[in-house]
Amino acid sequence: MRILIVGGGMGGTILANNLARRLKGELKANKAQITMLSASDKHMYQPGLLYVALGRMATDELYRDQASLLEPGIQFHADPVEEFHLDKNHVKTKSGKTFNYDLIAIATGSRAVPEEIPGLAENSINVYTEEAALKFYKTISEFKGGRVVIAVGVPHKCPMVPPEVTFMLYDYFKDRGMLDKVSFHYCYPIGRLHSLEPVSKWMQGEFNTRGITTETLFNMKEVDGAKKVVRSEEGSEAKFDLLVAVPAHKGMQVVEKNNLGKGGWIPVDRNRLTIEGHKNAFALGDTTNIPISKAGSTAHYEAEALAENLASIVKIGTPVRDYDGKVFCFIEAGKDRATYAMFNYNNPPDPKPPTKSIHWFKMAYNQLYWASARGLL
Amino acid sequence: MAEKKTIDARGTYCPGPLMELIAGMKMASVGDELEVLSTDEGSAKDIPEWINKVGHQVVSTSEANGTWHVVVRKMK
Repeated sequence: MRILIVGGGMGGTILANNLARRLKGELKANKAQITMLSASDKHMYQPGLLYVALGRMATDELYRDQASLLEPGIQFHADPVEEFHLDKNHVKTKSGKTFNYDLIAIATGSRAVPEEIPGLAENSINVYTEEAALKFYKTISEFKGGRVVIAVGVPHKCPMVPPEVTFMLYDYFKDRGMLDKVSFHYCYPIGRLHSLEPVSKWMQGEFNTRGITTETLFNMKEVDGAKKVVRSEEGSEAKFDLLVAVPAHKGMQVVEKNNLGKGGWIPVDRNRLTIEGHKNAFALGDTTNIPISKAGSTAHYEAEALAENLASIVKIGTPVRDYDGKVFCFIEAGKDRATYAMFNYNNPPDPKPPTKSIHWFKMAYNQLYWASARGLL
Repeated sequence: MAEKKTIDARGTYCPGPLMELIAGMKMASVGDELEVLSTDEGSAKDIPEWINKVGHQVVSTSEANGTWHVVVRKMK
């Protein structure tokens, strides 16, 4: 059976490695074949960008060679898919090759689109690409003081970034002895400070302690760079000296071009991750339209469930496991404290007060990630 | 032609029903109706609050078997 995995990010890589170990015997006997197609021969640890932006991680720490992360037996090609033909069970790549499959998993991820809000890309900083993270650090290191506004688009990758970037930036300016020159104003799209109510309540207390002001029901409409104002769909505006954006995201263009899903999000069954209308096609990670966090941990747990199912389809002809909506997110509460939120479709999160030990566990995970990507953790 | 779409946010906590609706509104056309399914009772309050503030229209709000159905129309 030929299994094709499109996308070499966290979801695709964990899926490929987990699956390769489950199908070790079948791969050896040529009864199964796993092929991965990715847009790059490098693998980026995307959560590391936040640390690059704050000057706490070097860019070379973000990358490994994709091939070095994959189990033996996985055929890897740095050759992005340009055409999906799900009705004919094949894809075509940029190099012109055609890859046929029996089962396909699409994990092409998402991208920040600050350019979709007029004035946002030119007048703000964000942490979502290497280039953006480096610009972020250069900007904050040269900042002389003033009003920092944090504004959040919808949907966005990693719902913990808005509080994390706020707390870490606060500590950055605190360490530089600039808190008497810097004020913070946090704007959020819904009627509280975070989509998770317990996280919102915790943030409110932390913000009160730090004197961080807030505005809710604030969805960015446009940014006037000359007047240094960000305006909202709701009719309000916030003046800034430094605008920190968490831009809205979209799925990858190739998904939209192939009419696989509006906005680049592929509609899937929330438990089996099956693409609507295609029994042998699956999607995972940011790529799906499931209404849960677009985060690495979501991709991770989906990949584990899907690997078990793809392996069981090969072995016994049927999937055996439901993805239960599990998500686990660390939340950095500054430079040296952190907490976490864990939840699934049936159980809400119950985050605890931040501690130094959880922060150091997150620091350790930044290195352990490479074992995670290999499907070992 | 206006469409009717459903956003099934039942049993989801993050980003949650209202955030899903805001994302859905961006992809909808003026005149489209979006029905949000939510198991969070707070949706019956916070969705109309945002819809009214931003200038869209609440068509109906109802509850059946623990699921809230909030239907809204994109107006601009």
